[in-house]
Amino acid sequence: MEILMSVTAGILFMGGTYLVLSKNIIRIIIGTSVISHGAHILLLTMAGLKTGAPPLLGLEASSYTDPLPQALILTAIVISFGVTSFFLVLGYRAYKENGTDNTENMRGTDSYD
Amino acid sequence: MTNLLIWPILLPLLTGILLLFAPKQIRFQRVLSAISGAGLIAVTVFILLTVRDGGIQTLELGGWTPPFGIVLVGDMLASLLTTTTAVVSLPIVIFAMSTIGKEREQFYFYAFYQFLITGVMGAFLTGDIFNLFVFFEVMLISSYILIVHGGTKIQLRESFKYVLVNVISSAFFVVAVAYLYAVTGTLNMAQLSQRIGSLDSDAPILTVIAVLFLIVFGLKGALFPLYFWLPASYTAPPSAIAAVFGALLTKVGMYSIFRTYTIIFTHDTGFTHQLLAVLAACTMVIGVIGAVAHQDVKKILVYNVIVAVGFVLFGVSTLTETGMAGAVFYLIHDIVIKGALFLLLGAMIIAAGTSHLRNMGGLIKHHPRLGWMFFTAVMALVGVPPLSGFVGKLLIIQGGAQDGQYIIIAVMMAASLLVLYSMIRIFLYGFYGRIRLEKADQHGSTKGLLLPCAFLIAVSAFIGLGAESVYQMAATAAQTLHDPQIYIDAVLKE
Repeated sequence: MEILMSVTAGILFMGGTYLVLSKNIIRIIIGTSVISHGAHILLLTMAGLKTGAPPLLGLEASSYTDPLPQALILTAIVISFGVTSFFLVLGYRAYKENGTDNTENMRGTDSYD
Repeated sequence: MTNLLIWPILLPLLTGILLLFAPKQIRFQRVLSAISGAGLIAVTVFILLTVRDGGIQTLELGGWTPPFGIVLVGDMLASLLTTTTAVVSLPIVIFAMSTIGKEREQFYFYAFYQFLITGVMGAFLTGDIFNLFVFFEVMLISSYILIVHGGTKIQLRESFKYVLVNVISSAFFVVAVAYLYAVTGTLNMAQLSQRIGSLDSDAPILTVIAVLFLIVFGLKGALFPLYFWLPASYTAPPSAIAAVFGALLTKVGMYSIFRTYTIIFTHDTGFTHQLLAVLAACTMVIGVIGAVAHQDVKKILVYNVIVAVGFVLFGVSTLTETGMAGAVFYLIHDIVIKGALFLLLGAMIIAAGTSHLRNMGGLIKHHPRLGWMFFTAVMALVGVPPLSGFVGKLLIIQGGAQDGQYIIIAVMMAASLLVLYSMIRIFLYGFYGRIRLEKADQHGSTKGLLLPCAFLIAVSAFIGLGAESVYQMAATAAQTLHDPQIYIDAVLKE
């Protein structure tokens, strides 16, 4: 199971990297979102996946899943959700203002140097 | 007063929330921001004195004992940096009041400024590495908003890149935390230090994690080769926002490298710290090349921010007590003086109506005080003895010599000289030279802008003249970093 999850995280990173390297604003934003998902899955996997036991331990529980990564992943998901929605709005405004969604045309050009 | 440590985080947070309720009441916003800023200085100075006299302070949030719960740790390094942050944030917000413009003031500028300070304070004080990530995000999300605040064309263009770089580095942060948790089974910094310190064999995976953290924090702190996003993004927003970015944001990244590379990752210093030293040297070189090459005063200063990253991290990489004390000292000095210089350049750009050196000249005739204050600040930046830059640089060089890094010391000296050249060029071409604008042609006035700058220069002079007392505190901070056992004992109380 851990192997499968690691491979999934790897595929998400791969796809995300591909999207971020493209020139379209929307693709880039979706790419960052995919990369964050990869990171979250990796975080969950790294603590070890145990099936068939709830994360909260009773004192006599014979097996339980580590609750900490789940708390961490929840925090990280909320943060990445907020940032992605902000990023989408920013991308839209940048498109409206600059009149392009191609990063090639968004290079900073100093008028002097 | 066991809850003391939460106040630097709580105060700006509560102020920010209050400010959200009355966005159109500019007077209320200004007064509350100023009061909160002053209160923050009082609280942080009080914490600094408590730590100086009573040793490391800790606060267990929610009453959970350390390795299980999140703990706030006020050691000397953290309390020195929170104090400096508070001291710098007040003048910047006062400067913003007269430069940022009514529209920005009405659209939550002050509230997000307070949230930014919350994130910075939290990042300095936390003793848990995942909590550090959370406070980083608090700080970054506020910084995303501040950098695009006002929504001009250049801001929208540059902030898109800024946000992209930081989102990616946040993802890397989560990955690094995941690996670290998988290997050590803890995220508490003190326990991490304990567990990694008690390893018998060298663990190559830990070196990988250390480098991963270096990438994450290097991206935030503008370390070579990850500095590329900085010059364009920091020149886009208005001067007051650029000042808080230049003075504080990169410093949080540097602080995190400082913390992780002294307390946690000391298992394979031959590789990790040598890497850090080489990257620091490259950062200095790249920074000065940029500073010397540009003609735009904002760009010149922004590249100087990068040079300072190199100086401080070289001090860290020596792993000697002297070098680290120097790095702490220089870090404090740099926060203050970069704040001052960004504000002074902001005033200068208003006076000259342009940020390009070729169109400036002769400003000293109508703005003598601005000119001489700028000159003093440059002297402090470069490290002319009575001012604050000297002691830090001296100690870093001493530490480097103890570590035998003579080549990098030479690079650092050369870089300092070129920093002087790049800044003096602004003075010579901007303030001296042919007068471009007669009094009548000037667009803006610098009335009321010089007070915050004067305050920061006075602080810099105080750090330089009172170097003995500041040095004592920096040395205590370095001692804790050099011997993590002090930190572990204070946090875990075993």
